Amino acid sequence: MKTAVIVFPGSNCDQDMYYAIKDGLGEEVDYVWHAETSLDGYDAIMIPGGFSYGDYLRSGAIARFAGIMPAVIEAANQGKPVLGVCNGFQILLEAGLLPGAMLKNKHLKFICDMVNLKVENNQTQFTKLYDKNEIIGIPIAHGEGNYFCDDATLKELQDNNRIVFTYSGENPNGSRADIAGIINPAGNVLGMMPHPERAADALLGSADGLRLFQSILNHWRESTHAAYTS
Amino acid sequence: MKKVKVYITLKESVLDPQGQAVMQSLHNMDYKNVKDVRIGKYIELQMEDSADVATQVDTVCDKLLANTVIENYRYEIEEDVHS
Repeated sequence: MKTAVIVFPGSNCDQDMYYAIKDGLGEEVDYVWHAETSLDGYDAIMIPGGFSYGDYLRSGAIARFAGIMPAVIEAANQGKPVLGVCNGFQILLEAGLLPGAMLKNKHLKFICDMVNLKVENNQTQFTKLYDKNEIIGIPIAHGEGNYFCDDATLKELQDNNRIVFTYSGENPNGSRADIAGIINPAGNVLGMMPHPERAADALLGSADGLRLFQSILNHWRESTHAAYTS
Repeated sequence: MKKVKVYITLKESVLDPQGQAVMQSLHNMDYKNVKDVRIGKYIELQMEDSADVATQVDTVCDKLLANTVIENYRYEIEEDVHS
């Protein structure tokens, strides 16, 4: 599996993402600069956290119109796995690949902490290696992770099992329905505020995040194997 | 040239934690009669004259300047007398 980690000016979790895939997963991975226009040849796309373009205007608003974004949207439409973490989630929201928007954290604090997440949906290609309702430890680091959507969107997410992760215990940022991560209807675009790439090695305090990347790899192997044999 | 004044506000259904913090501060200053604070953005654009300036402003507001999931916008188009 060949993975692209998109790098915007102001990305700061790109190296963590790179090493989670290279060392944690043992798979091929490249940095792809935001001004590139093609993602041909990549099997999975990672949009890392950080402060792209200094969070000017709104988090993710300016990155959404970077040169690479048409290729990201194309990859998403082709069914390739696209993972947006933190600022990457915000960019996916701004790009309309996922519904809703981010508000400032309820108590206005930038929160950098280990939190417990509940795996609400373990039937996605990102979460197959977790148990349903499993509690996992993944760090968060954000000032604008207060997920907002209207009632109709929330019902749509709930009815279709598109809420993948919720905060377990205290909700750190005021997000609607304790949402920490959601997926698109096709099941190949996941956005989440917590950082699985920062929990990809026990030395970092938790290895719970590694299974997310392993799930993507397993799914990719199964789907490419099916393609060869069909 | 035209000067376009764009006002971006949070939708009424959206909580404004910044506004709430500012209101608390105003209350601490003894302005207890302040009942709500909502913080928005003000953006000025200078645009060359063309027939479809309003259409263009609508488009850039919808696509970039505002996030219509959480924000409303309105704008005024004026002659830019300084250019």
